[in-house]
Amino acid sequence: MERIPLHIARFLGLVFIQLFLLKNIGFYNLSTPYIYILFILLLPFKIPNWALYTLAFCCGLTIDVFHDTLGLHALACTVLAFGRILFLNLTITNDALETEPEPSLSSMGARWFLVYGLLMAFLHHITLFTFELFSLSNFGGTLLRSILSAFFTLFLMLVISLVFYRKKAR
Amino acid sequence: MRNLWIYISKHNAVILFFIFFASSFLLLINNNSFQRASTWNSSNEWVASQYQKVQNLKDYLRLRAINDSLASENGRLLNLLPQKDSSETKGLTKVVDTVSHQQYSYYTAKVINNSVRQKNNYITIDKGSLQGIKKGMGVLGPNGVVGIVLNVSPKFATIQSLLHSETRISASLANNHAFGSLVWGAGNFNSSYAVLQDIPNHIKAKVGEKVVTSGYSLFPAGIPIGTVSQTGVKGGDNFLNIEVKLATNFATLSYVYVVNNAFGTAQKAIELSNKTE
Repeated sequence: MERIPLHIARFLGLVFIQLFLLKNIGFYNLSTPYIYILFILLLPFKIPNWALYTLAFCCGLTIDVFHDTLGLHALACTVLAFGRILFLNLTITNDALETEPEPSLSSMGARWFLVYGLLMAFLHHITLFTFELFSLSNFGGTLLRSILSAFFTLFLMLVISLVFYRKKAR
Repeated sequence: MRNLWIYISKHNAVILFFIFFASSFLLLINNNSFQRASTWNSSNEWVASQYQKVQNLKDYLRLRAINDSLASENGRLLNLLPQKDSSETKGLTKVVDTVSHQQYSYYTAKVINNSVRQKNNYITIDKGSLQGIKKGMGVLGPNGVVGIVLNVSPKFATIQSLLHSETRISASLANNHAFGSLVWGAGNFNSSYAVLQDIPNHIKAKVGEKVVTSGYSLFPAGIPIGTVSQTGVKGGDNFLNIEVKLATNFATLSYVYVVNNAFGTAQKAIELSNKTE
């Protein structure tokens, strides 16, 4: 509960970076980072599903309003929230749930976080790009774009996570 | 009934997923077919004012480049003035009252939001219906065509950029006046190239030749769009496939001119009457 202001600050910061810094960054339109999904990835373990979906949806909608793509990012974020629930169910044991507040780099370790970040970024990006084109023609191109973008996003996630890295107090 | 509740709470992740997925999908679909009639886009007052604040900051960093482009345009305009003629011919020039016959007038506007890397790009400007901007007006930049006004609110307007998959601009080759339509996003999403379609095969287009507006639509004739960068015949097609390097650098656009065609409504009305007959 006492960490709510932190999540709000993280949301505002990431959305700001996404909208005003990263909007026109990319390599030949092949790789575009969408760093704001880090907010959804770092929501607490114990968040109820309905709250997770609502927050993800609103987060996507905020980006949509600024990008003139109403519904697109909201949809991708909904898929991302679903993926997050599945991934956490499969990989997290109960004792981690008790001791750690949220699935961050500093609490879960580098290997787990890398897999988590990359898979979730890829899931979000491939949904986003597929629905942006709104067709499955040239799916290879979409796939390539998603993979390259996921790596770009993961790189930025690591940079941000390392800036705010806290050594685990044992 | 109890079993139903147990079932729902057990699978709430999946059920919630479908609810949210459906609602965002509906948003997406509605938004596509009604062509952004809703106010939730960047001509919205609050959203646009946020963009404006950040743009004000950014402009400080780019003052030199903006000044340079404005100065060079001033130079170009000075060349058009009657004073450029030598003093002997000056007394002899005929004065034509152009104001009463003026077809095109221009509004200057500042770009406060711009994108070049999306599939469909939009530009937001700081002038709106209070200043006389209307939906469907053409927009020019210092170097050439920029786009078409799409949405207007009292203080802001959004422009459907030339870099938009649904923008079509009537363009012609400068040397032989063959005309076709200029589109972007057919195959590539590079912000500096577009494709000129519907130019018949027998026309000889040379690389480096200028491409200008045809004057059949929103823009005055002869406004530069770009230069031919590549030309070739597509197999079995009756039309040339011309690639055009755009004259406007969309990434650094900072001021634009909105064109008001005074005869536009009259032209549209009479063209419409063709269709109804």
